[in-house]
Amino acid sequence: MSAAGTATAPGRSEGQLPGGGVVPAGAEPAGGRGRRRPDGARWRSRLLGALAVVVAVAWAFPIYWMVASAFLPTNRLRTPTPTFFPVDGTLSNFRRVLADPGFYASFRVSLAVTGLTLLVAIVFAFVAAVAVSRFRFRGRKSFIVAVLVVQMIPAEGLFISQYQMLDGWGLVNVVLGLTIVYVAAILPFTIWMLRGFVAGVPIELEEAAMVDGLSRVGAFFRITFPLLAPGLVASGVYGFLQAWNEYTLALVVMTDPAQRTLPLWLQGLVETNRATDWGVVMAGATLVAVPVIVFFLFVQHRMTAGLVAGAVKG
Amino acid sequence: MSVSRTPVRTPAVPGPAAPARRPRRRPWSRWAAYLLLVPAVGAIALGLGYPLVRQFVLSFQEYGLAQQFGRPAEWVGLDNYVALLTDPYVWGVIGRSLLFCAVNAGLTVAIGMSLAVLMARVGRAARITLQVGMLLAWGTPVLATLTVWQWLFDSQYGVINWLLAEPLGMEGMRYHSWLIEPTSFYLVATVIVVWMSVPFVVFTVYAGLLQVPAETMEAAQLDGAGAWQRFWRITVPMIKPVLFVVILLQVIWDLRVFTQIYVLQRAGAPTRDTHLLGTYIYSLAEEFSMAGAMATIMLVLTLVVTAFYIRRMLRAEEL
Repeated sequence: MSAAGTATAPGRSEGQLPGGGVVPAGAEPAGGRGRRRPDGARWRSRLLGALAVVVAVAWAFPIYWMVASAFLPTNRLRTPTPTFFPVDGTLSNFRRVLADPGFYASFRVSLAVTGLTLLVAIVFAFVAAVAVSRFRFRGRKSFIVAVLVVQMIPAEGLFISQYQMLDGWGLVNVVLGLTIVYVAAILPFTIWMLRGFVAGVPIELEEAAMVDGLSRVGAFFRITFPLLAPGLVASGVYGFLQAWNEYTLALVVMTDPAQRTLPLWLQGLVETNRATDWGVVMAGATLVAVPVIVFFLFVQHRMTAGLVAGAVKG
Repeated sequence: MSVSRTPVRTPAVPGPAAPARRPRRRPWSRWAAYLLLVPAVGAIALGLGYPLVRQFVLSFQEYGLAQQFGRPAEWVGLDNYVALLTDPYVWGVIGRSLLFCAVNAGLTVAIGMSLAVLMARVGRAARITLQVGMLLAWGTPVLATLTVWQWLFDSQYGVINWLLAEPLGMEGMRYHSWLIEPTSFYLVATVIVVWMSVPFVVFTVYAGLLQVPAETMEAAQLDGAGAWQRFWRITVPMIKPVLFVVILLQVIWDLRVFTQIYVLQRAGAPTRDTHLLGTYIYSLAEEFSMAGAMATIMLVLTLVVTAFYIRRMLRAEEL
């Protein structure tokens, strides 16, 4: 798995090193030079490898612990010595969580908010990205600067007045209300990211198609648009993770327990069971986290490529 | 890639002009651009702009519970700001937030960069192991993360207390309550925030490292530059744009940290002693205008802290 996944970012692939993942620091010298390496260097390289594995294990441990604890009954969790391998685990914690109707209700709310947010944000960001990277107009540069600056606004300082605004319109505890603030929150970064992708497709391709008789709009949709699929996926993934995992605004806007998103539901589960039953809490956390982690493992490299494409537009 | 060749040769552009003319500067195209920006600008103005203006206006008014029930808001000028900025407690919150941000952003970037370099230097198997470890931490939803860490730091059955007491022999730590005391509360928060922020830095910097041409490195090596020298003289300058973005984002994120602090407070910490900017504003929610003033202070603070980076970035970036 090449984390850089740069092939997905159009326009950046040219400067790519051959053979993906070539190490810049010369740790894997080509061919014969390895022979001349002193023994010390080989040991150091092994040591670094071992260090990498230790760090990886340390970083993954909390996730492992979450899943492992989810399979243990309370009496096995409340022992002086922790159980590190739940070999004879049980599914009872999961059964209890899945018997909670609140879980399904929250799942539906999360799905609705995330779906609506993504749909709106991607379309809006896409047309804006096309505008800034395919047109020359007065105010273009100011717009890009504004997009950059808007990302600096601490949403954590705005939620009170966002709440008031939605309250005034009767949109508190309504999916649409949360969607409004989510779309505004993820749009700037999505525009920034997509702009890098659109700019990465050379305009000459479109112009060539126009010479061949396609209209401008036709050329864009026949030529450029198909090349933007990775960019759209990348920003879609970004938006999905932001909206699906968001907690702060959901906490402020969705005050009705029946309208909780999944993160709020999980926090509720923690607060009712923390003192008594960590197993159930971990089962809930596992159910919330594992699908997202799996999804993330599959699509992460596209998103990283997008982040880099937006940040250092080629 | 085959450019789809439609046999239609009739020029879509009216008039007998040569088809090679670049129709980029036609007058309607400017309006089309503005039209394309309308949805995004509208949505941001609605969800961020309007609340921002409203909050700003509110911060100069007296607006509390009475006004919520219909009393008109009174103009009080800078009173709210004066009240906040003359309160030593508020300065304590600001100072703690800045310190928390500096420590967390610094640690995150330092650890993230080191691990990115490590990732670039080790063999394939070790690299993939490290990547998977990082991705697991990165991909976990923040609330699930916080839930596990509460369990790890649990005072009675938490594995961290066990680790400290049994294999490491610090018997006094067996039933240690991590969240009661502010310093240890911030220690826990820092561990969590750094743990979950490092993967982003690692992958972004690693992607940047891959852009450094191997020839440059080899040339420097032949010229006798040591590994350390090569890193600071060649690698760092070449990945500067990436580093800039990473540091900027990290500073912003760590200054506005809310969820981690809020959830840890709910887990049984003394809230007043552990507030940072975000949670403090949240705690002021009853007094809208005070919260508005405090949020404005936070916004200004963010801009001041990041102004240097934004300026540098705007200069470096050709837009």
